[in-house]
Amino acid sequence: MTESLAITKFSDLANPTRFLALAARLLPWMAGATAVLFALGLYLSFASEGDYQQGMTVRIMYVHVPAAWLSMMCYTVMAVSAVGTLVWRHPLADVSHKAAAPLGAAFTLIALATGSLWGKPMWGTWWVWDARLTSVFVLFLMYLGLIALNRAMEDPGKAARVSAVLILVGFVNIPIIKFSVEWWNTLHQPASVIRMDGPTIDKEFLWPLLVMAVAFTLLFFTLHAAAMRNEILRRRVSAQRRMAARLAGR
Amino acid sequence: MRLEAENLSARRGEDLIFRNVSFVLQAGESLVLTGRNGSGKSTLLRVVAGLLRPEVGRVRWHSDTSDSGMRPSEACHYLGHRNAMKAELTVSENLSFWKTFLGDFHGGHGLTVGEAAEAVGLGDITHLPFGYLSAGQQRRMAFAKLLVAYRPVWILDEPTAALDVNAESVFTSLIKQHLTGGGILLAATHQPLGLENAKELRMQGFAGVAEEVW
Amino acid sequence: MTALLLRDLKLSVRAGGGALIGVLFFMTVVAVIPFGVGPDLNLLARIGPAIVWIGALLSALLGLDRMFQTDREDGSLDLLLMQEHPLVLTVLVKCLAHWLGNGLPLVIASPLLGLFMNMSEVAIGATMLTLLVGTPALTFIGAVGAAVAVTLPRGGLLVSILVLPLAIPVLIFGVSAAYAAVEDPAPFMPPFLILVAITMFFAVLGPLGAALALRTASD
Repeated sequence: MTESLAITKFSDLANPTRFLALAARLLPWMAGATAVLFALGLYLSFASEGDYQQGMTVRIMYVHVPAAWLSMMCYTVMAVSAVGTLVWRHPLADVSHKAAAPLGAAFTLIALATGSLWGKPMWGTWWVWDARLTSVFVLFLMYLGLIALNRAMEDPGKAARVSAVLILVGFVNIPIIKFSVEWWNTLHQPASVIRMDGPTIDKEFLWPLLVMAVAFTLLFFTLHAAAMRNEILRRRVSAQRRMAARLAGR
Repeated sequence: MRLEAENLSARRGEDLIFRNVSFVLQAGESLVLTGRNGSGKSTLLRVVAGLLRPEVGRVRWHSDTSDSGMRPSEACHYLGHRNAMKAELTVSENLSFWKTFLGDFHGGHGLTVGEAAEAVGLGDITHLPFGYLSAGQQRRMAFAKLLVAYRPVWILDEPTAALDVNAESVFTSLIKQHLTGGGILLAATHQPLGLENAKELRMQGFAGVAEEVW
Repeated sequence: MTALLLRDLKLSVRAGGGALIGVLFFMTVVAVIPFGVGPDLNLLARIGPAIVWIGALLSALLGLDRMFQTDREDGSLDLLLMQEHPLVLTVLVKCLAHWLGNGLPLVIASPLLGLFMNMSEVAIGATMLTLLVGTPALTFIGAVGAAVAVTLPRGGLLVSILVLPLAIPVLIFGVSAAYAAVEDPAPFMPPFLILVAITMFFAVLGPLGAALALRTASD
């Protein structure tokens, strides 16, 4: 009984109109909470002491680590949505992974850029072929490929199904890529590179990092919901326009 | 033997092309789809052939000899706008590939490649590459493909396009043979095929935008 | 299924087939490298296996987009989709045919290019062996890209963009194994066996993904 009730609730949410109503109600709150958390997180980051080794640059971590974490979470969200597209053929799942791809690419880019900025003072170079950097870079390429595929197809339904297949194939491949990049890295680069996880993380760094991670995650969900809303509205507009064009031809 | 369509609705992109199409075809019966260009004839044929998934409804195939779990498309021959033949291969290579790949559906046997080419009146040019043939000859050879492997249901999309009157009559007699042999025909056409007691379904086209989804 | 294999093989050798063009491209890419890095034979010998592998990877991508597109253009794909044979099997056979027509010629041409790159006999043999084992993986994973982009008229470039990130593990282990054969401390077998494992994994994942994409993309 409870189970069937839960399913009804879920399918209610899965209806685009309900989703829009819910998004309209929740979005201001989510945006507000994100802003507050960011203010708190940034304050804590700047109030924290610099690391004795890394100095001020350690503060890059508060942006870099949450962005890197989100770059992976976003792909997971897309993989779950892709299952929704292929198994239940749900239009909201289509919209979800389409809206998430540019966000994932953006967070990955932030992670890469901040990593590079951090690398310059720490490693003395903008880029090293470190295993982690490399696999994040490959992930970035995968996001861009998915966006390109989505843009290349005209029929949104077909584009969604086809990219869902690709998302899942990519998802299965991510561990293999990660593993092989690590293998490759140990083969070519002896441990001369200073690893960024050198000193174990201090409690002092932990709190700002945690707050920033939550703030970033909330930012992602806010942007994702807003992007989904936009996509639904865009599709409604296009449906109306098609209707107008067809009826004029009668 | 029975081909059933229940309440089919289909979408192309965002447009709902048709809705609530139902029909039942028994052995020996034929259904001809008419309507102007873009009215959804091809879409309906592709839905029945299992190449497009209907929005709503389903297609079913009943037969005493085959298990009920099979997909209806396995009982069908589909001849679309394109001939599904390779220009680089000779006609007989093309036909014998399809003969082996498609195989016979139980309850009948296909003709040999030579017989099939003879039946469409082009028995003596099977050694030529398919690409050398004229458009009309190519269409005839594509039709011969239906004869080399047995399928009880023929789904034909504008089968007589690009054909002269002579070839049309050849087609009509082949279709009639198929029907008297207990076959089923589903065809979309502009020209009348010259079939007696064929059912007709007029497609209207554009049943609305599938906006209820959004 | 044998009929399909034979038909695709015939098509790849008849006029319009891409097998020869792939090999030509492979040779051109590898031949261009010395102009870029200089004719230093020691350097060429050192980077040789990597260059041959990268050349093979790029050439393997070259013909991928046509794997299903030719069948779609003439309507054959519709008939392939309708049959009772499991679509995964049909795709697997098409992959095999594509590899025999496009991948195997690259493997056969690789020793010649190894000579150009001043590689030792062992290195040439190891590179050829790893290519033999690794290029099928490229075809299998490429089939997913080819199936995804089958409805796009100019999908060639997009297929390469989509497939390349997924092909990185194949490149890594192929090149690692080839180097391990010549450079002493590193053992040859572990990377080679991982390469075999990746190929077998992609032989399952590739056709599954491609079949799923072809079904959902048909219109």
